[in-house]
Amino acid sequence: MKYSQEQIIELKRKAIQIRANILEMIPPGKVGHLGGSSSIADVMAALYFHTMEVNPSDPKDPKRDRLIMSKGHAVLVQYACLVELGYFGREELAKVKTLEGMLQGHPDMDKTPGIEAVTGSLGQGLSVALGLALGLRLDKLPNRVYAIVGDGEQAEGQIWEAVMAAHGFKANNLTAIVDFNGLQATSTTKEIFPIENLVGKWSSFGWNVIEIDGHDMVQILDALEEAKAFTEGPSVILAHTVKGKCFPFAEGKAKYHNASMTEEEYKEAWVCIENLKREVEA
Amino acid sequence: MRTSDSLRKTYGETLVELGKDNKSIVMLEADLGNSTMSSLFGSAYPERYFQMGIAEQNMASVAAGLSLAGKIPFINSFAVFARGRAYDQIRSSVAIAKLNVKICGSSAGLSDYGDGKTHQSIDDIALMQVLPNMTVLSPCDAIETEKMTKAMVECNGPVYLRINRNDLSLVTDPKADYKIGQMTEMVKGKDVVVFATGVMVQQSIQAAKILEKEGISLRVVNVSTIKPLDVTALQSYCEGVKGIVTAEEHSIFGGLGSAVCSALSMKRLPIEVLGIQDSFGTSAENYSILLKHYGLESEDVAKKVRAVLSAN
Ligand SMILES: Cc1ncc(C[n+]2csc(CCOP(=O)(O)OP(=O)(O)O)c2C)c(N)n1
Ligand SMILES: [Mg+2]
Repeated sequence: MKYSQEQIIELKRKAIQIRANILEMIPPGKVGHLGGSSSIADVMAALYFHTMEVNPSDPKDPKRDRLIMSKGHAVLVQYACLVELGYFGREELAKVKTLEGMLQGHPDMDKTPGIEAVTGSLGQGLSVALGLALGLRLDKLPNRVYAIVGDGEQAEGQIWEAVMAAHGFKANNLTAIVDFNGLQATSTTKEIFPIENLVGKWSSFGWNVIEIDGHDMVQILDALEEAKAFTEGPSVILAHTVKGKCFPFAEGKAKYHNASMTEEEYKEAWVCIENLKREVEA
Repeated sequence: MRTSDSLRKTYGETLVELGKDNKSIVMLEADLGNSTMSSLFGSAYPERYFQMGIAEQNMASVAAGLSLAGKIPFINSFAVFARGRAYDQIRSSVAIAKLNVKICGSSAGLSDYGDGKTHQSIDDIALMQVLPNMTVLSPCDAIETEKMTKAMVECNGPVYLRINRNDLSLVTDPKADYKIGQMTEMVKGKDVVVFATGVMVQQSIQAAKILEKEGISLRVVNVSTIKPLDVTALQSYCEGVKGIVTAEEHSIFGGLGSAVCSALSMKRLPIEVLGIQDSFGTSAENYSILLKHYGLESEDVAKKVRAVLSAN
């Protein structure tokens, strides 16, 4: 095995802590994107705590890898990672989406250290990531760019403009990760806007496609390594996930795309976190 | 029949009502139907409801095609996406072609308070009113929203409707007739006139009460059709006043204030424009905090009124 048991366990611990941080940001009554934040939490743990080169003491370090949250509404999961790395203090978590806080409802590169672009209007992040990748290549920097895109977001035409362009420019320092959770804002992707054969679509546009279980830490790490190793062009990781993962009342439900939890749900969510912790330590 | 004070719910319900007899009405949605309330139409007439996915540009041009086929398409999304993401599609496929496409910009202004800059539409009036052939409507309450939605179906040509996400108190007269283009005197007054739109109508009515105590008589006019602007009516409401204030939940550039200033440029009366200064929005815990933060409360209207009076 390429990774030690201890490494995997540590990343699983991080993923739990990330979900706990998400909960901390949206106490009962506060609306937030729980579903799409928790579906991608394991991938985010792997990226920020294993794969990516980051420097929290110098957020603008030119020699850093970049993560663009194209599905900007799930920024809570990014805040959850950044706070663990020390980009800002924990006291900010309670102030998310308030007038005084630095943590906005959608990614804001001016207000929040560690946020690399302005996203929130879906479909634009992959293009921004491509531009960053091309710029890094021009500067002969070895750093990589990661873009997290939603499966509902795949409906935006601009995604496919970026997909074609990235192949044309052979942007091998760019990795897209599709959070393939089968849900979007109001219902399932199947009902709202079915896009068949995503694997075939991305690969016919010339991308190296890697399909994984987006909650399996080893598969995630392997996929990220494979993407790095593929030098002929860009890679995409289609990560099969569950929206609301780890919170049974929210799992697979469109309602928790952007909702507030009741007191009972919130308590239940924390019980889930405690159970997960026990499982990992066992 | 209107069932609540919610503008967006009223919009959705009115289209369900109209769609019963008018089979030409079709609705297009981009995965926000539960927010825009177009989902009500979808439940009532699934065959005339097109779920376009998160693909607003395509939605706008498809609507153009539906209109060419004789339908009356309504496209729906948050205001930022409905008219912003699909701007060139609206400009080319719809406005230049003068097609009968109706655009509903929901959650407009700062009303999507939590989501921040990317979601707060402070520039939609500007982008829509600059387009030739486009009609721009901005209701201030649910009563007006119901009448406007009906009028949108009756008129032929592209229309942009700007809708607030939050419930607003009812201020317009349910029994009064309505036609696109009209402006309505909400409060009689003689010292200063305020031309207000959207939520600023309610704030201005409050301001009139504040000012009354100071002996200042404020005329409040609801300008819910930003374009075409009824310049004759605008001028007649300026008769006898010492100054003019405009008030909108929109950038001070390109909105109602700009339209009024250019229409009244020969009036030689002091004008104060109240709106969002040259800035994007921000996240906040609720809507009223944002109105306060951006200086869009009744007291801010009152300040502008005092300012034009002191300019005399
Ligand atoms: C251009 C644009 N249109 C609409 C929206 C509103 N919106 C925010 S999230 C969302 C659904 C996203 O679904 P998906 O991409 O599958 O994300 P996930 O399931 O991971 O949350 C929608 C429609 C938006 N933010 N941007
Ligand atoms: Mg999804």
